[in-house]
Amino acid sequence: MSPRRKQRLAVIILILMGVSSAIGLVMFSLKENMDFFFTPSEVHQGKKDGGMKPKIGQRIRIGGMVVEGSVSRDPETLKVSFDLIDTGPMVKVIYEGSLPDLFREGQGIIALGVLKDGYVLEAQEVLAKHDENYMPPEVAEAVKGIKHVKPSKQVYIP
Amino acid sequence: MMIPELGHIFLVIGFALSLLLAVVPLVGLRMQDAQLTQTGPLFATLLFAVTLLSFLCLTYAFLTDDFSVLYVANNSNSQLPYYYKITAVWGGHEGSFLLWLLILSGWTVAFSWLSDHLPADYRARILAVLGWVSIGFYLFITILSSPFERTLPYFPVDGADLNPLLQDPGMIIHPPLLYMGYVGFAVVFAFAMAALMTGRLDASWAKWSRPWTLAAWAFLTLGITIGSWWAYNELGWGGWWFWDPVENASFMPWLVGTALLHSLAVTDQRGAFKAWTVLLAISAFSLSLLGTFLVRSGVIVSVHAFATDPGRGLFILVLLALVIGISLTYFAARADNLRHTTKFHFLSREVALWLNNVFFSAATLIVLLGTLMPLFYKESGLGTISIGEPFFNEMFTYLVVPFAILLGIGPLMRWKKNGISKKTAMLLLVAVASVVLSYAWLLLRGQGIEGLALLGVSLAVWVFALTGFQLFRFFQQTGSLVKIKRSHWAMLVGHFGFAAAVLGISMTMNYSDERDVRMLVGDVVNIQGIDLKLNAVRDLNGPNYSGLVADITAIQGNAKYSILAEKRFYKARGMIMTEAGVHANLARDVYVALGEQLDSGSWVLRIYYKPLIRWIWLGGILIALAGFIAILDPRYRRWKVKSRATVSTVEAEHATP
Repeated sequence: MSPRRKQRLAVIILILMGVSSAIGLVMFSLKENMDFFFTPSEVHQGKKDGGMKPKIGQRIRIGGMVVEGSVSRDPETLKVSFDLIDTGPMVKVIYEGSLPDLFREGQGIIALGVLKDGYVLEAQEVLAKHDENYMPPEVAEAVKGIKHVKPSKQVYIP
Repeated sequence: MMIPELGHIFLVIGFALSLLLAVVPLVGLRMQDAQLTQTGPLFATLLFAVTLLSFLCLTYAFLTDDFSVLYVANNSNSQLPYYYKITAVWGGHEGSFLLWLLILSGWTVAFSWLSDHLPADYRARILAVLGWVSIGFYLFITILSSPFERTLPYFPVDGADLNPLLQDPGMIIHPPLLYMGYVGFAVVFAFAMAALMTGRLDASWAKWSRPWTLAAWAFLTLGITIGSWWAYNELGWGGWWFWDPVENASFMPWLVGTALLHSLAVTDQRGAFKAWTVLLAISAFSLSLLGTFLVRSGVIVSVHAFATDPGRGLFILVLLALVIGISLTYFAARADNLRHTTKFHFLSREVALWLNNVFFSAATLIVLLGTLMPLFYKESGLGTISIGEPFFNEMFTYLVVPFAILLGIGPLMRWKKNGISKKTAMLLLVAVASVVLSYAWLLLRGQGIEGLALLGVSLAVWVFALTGFQLFRFFQQTGSLVKIKRSHWAMLVGHFGFAAAVLGISMTMNYSDERDVRMLVGDVVNIQGIDLKLNAVRDLNGPNYSGLVADITAIQGNAKYSILAEKRFYKARGMIMTEAGVHANLARDVYVALGEQLDSGSWVLRIYYKPLIRWIWLGGILIALAGFIAILDPRYRRWKVKSRATVSTVEAEHATP
């Protein structure tokens, strides 16, 4: 090979290595930051078809309804805990901080956090959508047929 | 009371007019009938007129509280102040789509009026392409999403009210600006398509389409900036960017649009990158459509998503597929003719601008990947996922470092030749000085040294210093600040804006102090040397809401100011909204949001200290301003005289193949 060709080959190899490591990096980071969604009963029993079950220490999102009477606030700090439910067993969520405006018992919410032993979620974030009758769509799917109105199908009743 | 029906009829006429606009000029070209070819501006004007009338009909329905119109009943209320009644016109899906059409027809008519210097066939084709795009949208609104649908015979006494999130001054202007940007790319797309049709892909198409690209891009920049500011004030989390799918939907066309601006500069001035520029123009508009699809189809769950309807989603998806399919087919058929033979040195400005495009494309791909991945997982039954913010933040950190370094050097490079090597010593000096200065400043601030902050601030100083050096050189060349070309000013202002935004982002992300505290009336909390005292929590009474307001006094040294943080309860929708209290200056924001009351009678308050956060929006405004300055460059105004000459040579070239 002539020196010119060698040089060219080196450049191409370098570019290929750069591009592939960049893609690898992106994919790795994507995988690291992928948060799966579960309903409380899926946390206990795993997903219906695939049977995927969250591991202890995994960061996940849980969506469910806040169980009436389960919210308890620490009197001294901002620590709060409550139970989430869909159709089966419950998951306890512990959180420290200010809760969203529409957080209420019986309301649908989504919590993002790390799963701990004993079906407890240590939440970093608690979200309630700005809608009175909001139910996380995945939960709406899970409790289909029980009694709910899908947010999108809401009709204005005078 | 037939006004709403009239509005709908205007839209149907609009559909007919867009058909005419799409077909008649092309028929004229085919039959070589000059009169028919030149009908484009007439149809465009009529199209704009009927769309405006239709829009006014809907506005009238809102102002007169005509709740027999379903859309008005769902998005307005008799208690709503009149200015929010007007903005409620685009507060929901159907109305915002009408606004979208109004802006599309507005761009079309603006183009038809300001384009008499273009070759007649080229102009006719551009208008026809815009006509084809309009057909899709007018069909969509008349069939699937008319805002004029009635609830007769049983209509409500009062409306459900405008979503309280949208009852904010930022929301009055955010959607129109954003749409000006999105839809503006339709004009650029039409330019590219017409150029592909005629095969006239020389430098002139780049020059002609540049001001339109600049305008669309500048509006989009402004729209995104104001959206970010609105989210900061209204959502009560103190964040300015959430990597929400809907935000990403507006960010992707912006990234591609920015790449397009820089690539157009090369095509315009050097005749290089022709095929790539066309591809970017197609991508910018396609990504605008993709954004529309994501927001309106409801396939992605987001804070902003409109009420969803699969039929609508499908329609837009088909439209998107058509636009991408047809344009790429054209592109593939013609791209062979686009080979350019310009040669340039490895360290020339062409290469710098090429790298700029590489970075912007990579950034777009990353955002696209992160936005569509959840959709891909859901549709292929792999489960519901979300891509966390850390992914985007990490990726953009990697991208912005080499990009900012390049941005400092690029403008100092010369077209075609290597002119940068002899400046190596100077560049090294600036680099070292940037790091030292940033380190010293961070040390003086007294919040410690964070590695990423040092990196970000150094990059901002680097870009700022080298852009300042550019300004100095332009000043030397022309001898006066006023004589510096507007396009040069635009570049300088835009790059200063980027530096400001990088500075603001790195400081806010690394030195923000965020605390959730519980406070009794009379308590004092200290955050970063600022004392915040909760004086009282009082009742609040607005026109269509009631609520609570926390009265806080902030004391910093000798300065004393009051901060009011509100929690509003909007009666009609039964929604609670946080209206944060902010005291802002260029050095920092103090941000207070009122949370819930605890059993003990104390209040939960979110207190945030956000250093230099204003610089982010300042940067955004500067970047948008740069776009508007560039449009004012006399280069584009002088076309009229100049382009006649170029046109005749172009036509001569075509006449002798």
